[in-house]
Amino acid sequence: MDGINKVLFEYCLRLGDSSLIAGQRLAEWCGHGPILEEDIAMTNMSLDLIGQARTFLTYAGEIEGKERTEDDLAYLRDTMEFRNVLLVEQPNGDFAVTMMKQFFFSAYLFLLYKELSNSKDATIAAVAAKSLKEVTYHLRHTSQWILRLGDGTDESNKRTQDALNDLWMYTGDLFDMDTVDAELIKAGIACDLNKIKQEWQAMITEILTKAKLNIPSPDTWMMKGSRTGKHTEYLGYILAEMQTLQREYPGAKW
Amino acid sequence: MEENNNSTQWDLWEVFTQKRTGAPHEHAGSVHAPDKEMALQNARDVYSRRGEAINLWVVPSEAIVANQPEDVGNFFEPSNDKIYRHPQFYKLPKGVELE
Repeated sequence: MDGINKVLFEYCLRLGDSSLIAGQRLAEWCGHGPILEEDIAMTNMSLDLIGQARTFLTYAGEIEGKERTEDDLAYLRDTMEFRNVLLVEQPNGDFAVTMMKQFFFSAYLFLLYKELSNSKDATIAAVAAKSLKEVTYHLRHTSQWILRLGDGTDESNKRTQDALNDLWMYTGDLFDMDTVDAELIKAGIACDLNKIKQEWQAMITEILTKAKLNIPSPDTWMMKGSRTGKHTEYLGYILAEMQTLQREYPGAKW
Repeated sequence: MEENNNSTQWDLWEVFTQKRTGAPHEHAGSVHAPDKEMALQNARDVYSRRGEAINLWVVPSEAIVANQPEDVGNFFEPSNDKIYRHPQFYKLPKGVELE
């Protein structure tokens, strides 16, 4: 791979892996939702995210030029090779944790895809434009839940506040940038995450305040590392479950 | 509707979907939801997840008024025993073709 392809491959892995792991986490709720309607809502969101992951990973494989398919990338890479943001690999916890995680991530994807739909890379722009409609709905659904859980009963408020406090330290990683971003921003392909960070904060502050939740201090220590494949302990367990079939029966097909 | 204070279920909402512009909204089924916005979202997820609708209505089930089964006689039968109320009673004039 020459210079630009190398960073573009990396960038597509970040986009694809984040959606893939978020989708896998939501899929864990399948059959366990608090009510049937929410079970379906979460698996719908999961399918949207996995759809996004498929396109980004397929594209990453094409850029790499080693004939790796979307399946090869999803099922045959190890933890250190994954580039998903740390937030999405965190455990689902109770319903409040899942919704808070998904709310943070949906607001992030909403702003990210809005920017990327103007990317000079035609494939990224097309996927982003298509996916924007999906994540707009995810954001609406999760925002409505945060409002109801935060401004609900004493217990729902407490659990939602706990979820917010516990997940906050993983939100800095969403906006972490390195030379991959710098190079692609120069080429008009990537999104400047510093730019959307302010919007993201404004967006979530509005909902969290309405939901009667306290936003943790901006000086909170933030955990980072996803850009270089440094993950929390949870990703390994996710991959073990997600990849087991392909690892045990290499090349297995439906 | 019977009150059930022990119920942990949310209220029931009836869902109506419109398949294309100008088409009538048709009853698709029902969903549980705590309020109207969530009812709309649940309806979207349960009844339009493969693009079956372009518009949705949700109505609290308790807002729907239905006749009682024992009303069948006085509600519907009077219109059935007068054959001239049905179009089949009238013979088509010669030369008129049915579409």
